[in-house]
Amino acid sequence: MAGPQPTFFKTGTSIGMKLPPSLVSWLQVGPLAVILTLFFGIPVLVVIIVSFFDFDHSDIVPTFIFDNYVDVFTSDVTMRLYLSSLKFAAIVWAITLVIGFTLANYLVFHINSLLIKIGLFLLCSVPFWTSTIIRMISWIPFLGRNGLFNTMLIDAHITSKPLEFLLFSDFAVVVAYVHLFTLFMMVPIFNSMARIDPRIIEAAKDAGASRFAILREIVLPLCKSGIALGSIFVVTQVMGDFFVVKVMSGGQSASVVSALQNEIAALQYPPAAASAVTLVIVVMLMVAGILRLVDVRKELVS
Amino acid sequence: MAMTASGRRPWTYYALTLFFILFLTFLYAPMLVIYILSFQGPGGGLTFPMTGVSTRWFHELVERGRSGDIAGTFTRSLELAAVVAVITVAVCVSAGLGFRRRFPGGGVVFYMAIASLVMPGLFVGLGVSLIFQLLGWGTDWRISGLGTQLTWTLPFGLLVMFAVIGRFNRSYEEAARDLGASAWQGTREVTLPILLPGIIGVALFGFTLSYDEFARTVLTAGSENTLPLEIWAMTTNVTSPALYAVGTVTTLVSFTVIVVALGSIALIQRRRSRHAAASH
Repeated sequence: MAGPQPTFFKTGTSIGMKLPPSLVSWLQVGPLAVILTLFFGIPVLVVIIVSFFDFDHSDIVPTFIFDNYVDVFTSDVTMRLYLSSLKFAAIVWAITLVIGFTLANYLVFHINSLLIKIGLFLLCSVPFWTSTIIRMISWIPFLGRNGLFNTMLIDAHITSKPLEFLLFSDFAVVVAYVHLFTLFMMVPIFNSMARIDPRIIEAAKDAGASRFAILREIVLPLCKSGIALGSIFVVTQVMGDFFVVKVMSGGQSASVVSALQNEIAALQYPPAAASAVTLVIVVMLMVAGILRLVDVRKELVS
Repeated sequence: MAMTASGRRPWTYYALTLFFILFLTFLYAPMLVIYILSFQGPGGGLTFPMTGVSTRWFHELVERGRSGDIAGTFTRSLELAAVVAVITVAVCVSAGLGFRRRFPGGGVVFYMAIASLVMPGLFVGLGVSLIFQLLGWGTDWRISGLGTQLTWTLPFGLLVMFAVIGRFNRSYEEAARDLGASAWQGTREVTLPILLPGIIGVALFGFTLSYDEFARTVLTAGSENTLPLEIWAMTTNVTSPALYAVGTVTTLVSFTVIVVALGSIALIQRRRSRHAAASH
């Protein structure tokens, strides 16, 4: 930004030119930094601090104790909740990865017209901009005992009795998660796929590679960063969820966060804070693990 | 890969097209079902069959008290979303421009934004509500709700800005400077107009993410509910198609916002390509 300033033009101010570049950047990024510090940085610190506090009925007692963490780590409920949430995260991750990759592959490599490509991409992403809760609820009349799916199965004589496991079950939870989060996986993969130089693929084709080999040897490795980003999104969304599990399992399954919400509703803030900090550490470890995995592979390839 | 040399499409094209159509059905069919069911007849229930066609459930929404203060929550959520969208655009455009240069401390802000994006929403809400409680302030959707929602929309807007700015050709800016424009003039008259479609995209994200936000708002909205909180309450205590009627109305609002945003982006792009064609 430090180009020579012509002196014969007197329009406008030249204050921006005189400020040091990093100060200009700080002024531009400042509002973001302030808002994130006030409503994200400090609140996170407060939760961490409160997780070491004691509580008396609904009052928070400032002190420094590890009891809340001892409770979290010694209760077998914690273990069960984490296993359940991790199970959902793993299943949903695998399904959204396959679907997201396939969709991105179709849009990037099989649709030639840019206009149609944009149109189909938007068709996939429009539901993302509508209410999550409504999209989740919309599965209820579909999967219910007298729902559309069961009616279709009975009409087609595939089953004689309505399937009970469709709604208010782990199955329904997974369906809702996949419905809500596939886009989070598709968009980053689409982005990294779209950046692949078509000449690489041409070259592979000329060298006699099959379509499947191209997909496995070229497209997949080059999409790693997109897959990692999508995985981070999906895994953190599932681990942080509480309303899908609550509604779609009909109250049969709980998630880490729904248990946390119960503690908050009971005004037990210090134990809730300790559970929340534990969850965030687990989520951060998972994110770090994904990043490490991808970086290691990148080193192996190049 | 799309076409073989002879111009015939490979079988995978058809298989993938089928897969894509199935996915779209999976995506849209359940939503369509609840829009249809929201016109359920007066005596009908939450599932098919429909006992008739009526707008009774929509009327029920307007009548205050029958299923909560829906009209009030709608206005509240729209106001909040509009404010969030404006702040998100202003803060993210500015920050996006600022991040084009490496500067000390920039990495910290960036990683804070990413952490804010992946942090479970309820955690952030818990922290904000704890602060308000410790300070003896009451939570309110206008202050604590707004701030907490921004920790979700700002990182998103920032990522969109990075994508938009990544495709921006800086030589336009240099040309403006060579012609004697000041930094601010260059930004206002060259950079921002070129980035406008992307900026509309940021506004769309800001608005819709706020309008549908739940996990961050549930502990920070205070005594007055936003629409998603109201819908959440309805899922547990309303067992009539009025629930679907809310869904239909709120989706209509979202669609209107999406169409206006995408429509204006398309309009700008078309006008640009026409200008480009005319000048050749």
